[in-house]
Amino acid sequence: MIYFIDALLWLIAIVLGLIAASRSRHLLRDSVREGVVDCARLLPRIMLGVIGAGYIAALLPQEVVGRWLGADSGFAGLCIAVLGGAFTPGGPVIGFSIGAAALKGGAGTPQVIAYTVAWALFAMQRLFIWELPVMPPRLVWMRVVASLPLPFLAAAGAMLLGRP
Amino acid sequence: MSSEAPLKRRPRKTFDWSSAFIAVTVGVAAAIVYWRDGQARFLEILVSDFSLFVDILPKVLAACLIAAFVAVLMPRALVVRWVGAESGFMGIVIATLAGVICPGGPITIFPIAASFLAIGADIGAAIAFITSWTLLGYARTLVWELPFFGAEFIIWRNIVSLPLPIVAGLLARMIVGLAARKRGGG
Repeated sequence: MIYFIDALLWLIAIVLGLIAASRSRHLLRDSVREGVVDCARLLPRIMLGVIGAGYIAALLPQEVVGRWLGADSGFAGLCIAVLGGAFTPGGPVIGFSIGAAALKGGAGTPQVIAYTVAWALFAMQRLFIWELPVMPPRLVWMRVVASLPLPFLAAAGAMLLGRP
Repeated sequence: MSSEAPLKRRPRKTFDWSSAFIAVTVGVAAAIVYWRDGQARFLEILVSDFSLFVDILPKVLAACLIAAFVAVLMPRALVVRWVGAESGFMGIVIATLAGVICPGGPITIFPIAASFLAIGADIGAAIAFITSWTLLGYARTLVWELPFFGAEFIIWRNIVSLPLPIVAGLLARMIVGLAARKRGGG
C-alpha cells in the first residue's frame, strides 16, 4: 500500500514531466530544477520534524491523555481533546496511536474523533515545519482559523449519529 | 502561455524562526529521553524515525516535482474558472473532491496547494483542498489510520468529516470577505 502511493506519485510526476518535455526541453529542465531545489531546501526541516517527533512523543504520557478523554468527559473533554490534538507532534503514527490507545482505554468515540480531527488539522509541529515554509503564511493562518470549529462539528456529528 | 504574467513565487529561506523553535524543542526532548530512558532507547527512536524519514524522501521529491510542473502546465484560465474567486460553491466542492483523490504523504499536499494558489485558485478553495486531503484523503486513511483504529471507527470518522472541508472553505471566504469590507469601509 505504501509503495502504491509512491508509484502513483511518481507516475503523476513522470506524466507531467513528459507533457512539459513535449512543450519544450527548456520548460522541462527549468521545472525539474525548481522541484529539486525546493525539495533540497525542505529536507533539513522534514528531517527535524520526522526524527524530532519520535522524541517528543516518547515524553507524552499516553495513559493520562486516554483518561482525560473519557466517554463522560463531555464538552470539557472535547476541549481537552482538541487542545491535545493540536499539541501532539505531527508525525504520521503518533496521533493515531494515541487516539487508538485512548479508545481502547475507555475514551468516548466523539472525543477521540475530535482528537484525531484536531491533530490532523492543527498539529503545531507540522504547522511550523511543513506548512509555513511551503505555503504563504496568509493561507496557513486563514486555514487554521477557518478550521477551528471543525473538530467540534465532527464530534457533534458523531453524537447526533448516535454512535455509542 | 508566454503572454501570461510571471508566477509569483515566494523565495524559500534556508533558515527561519519557526524551524529554530522546533529544533530547540526537539533538542530538549531528545536530551530528556537520553537522560531518563538511557542510550539504548535514544538510539532506538533515532533508528526507527530515520527509516521513516528515508521512506518519506521519494514522496517529497515527487511532490515538489509535481508542484513545479503544475505551476507551469496548468492552464491558469481553467484554474481561475474552476476554483477561482468567482467559482462559488461549486469551486469549493471541486476542491474538496480534488483533495479526496490526491495521493501522497503529509507534505505532498502543501507545495501543490501553494502552486494552485499562485496560479489563481481562490483561498477558500485552497483551504477546502487541504482540509479535505487532511481529513478524507484515502492514502492516509488506508496506510495509517486503518491499522490503528479498525474499519468501524474509520467509517464513522469519515462520515462525520465529509462536510467539514466545505465548511472550512466557506468560512475562509467569509473571513476574507469581512476583512475586505472592513478595509474598504475604514
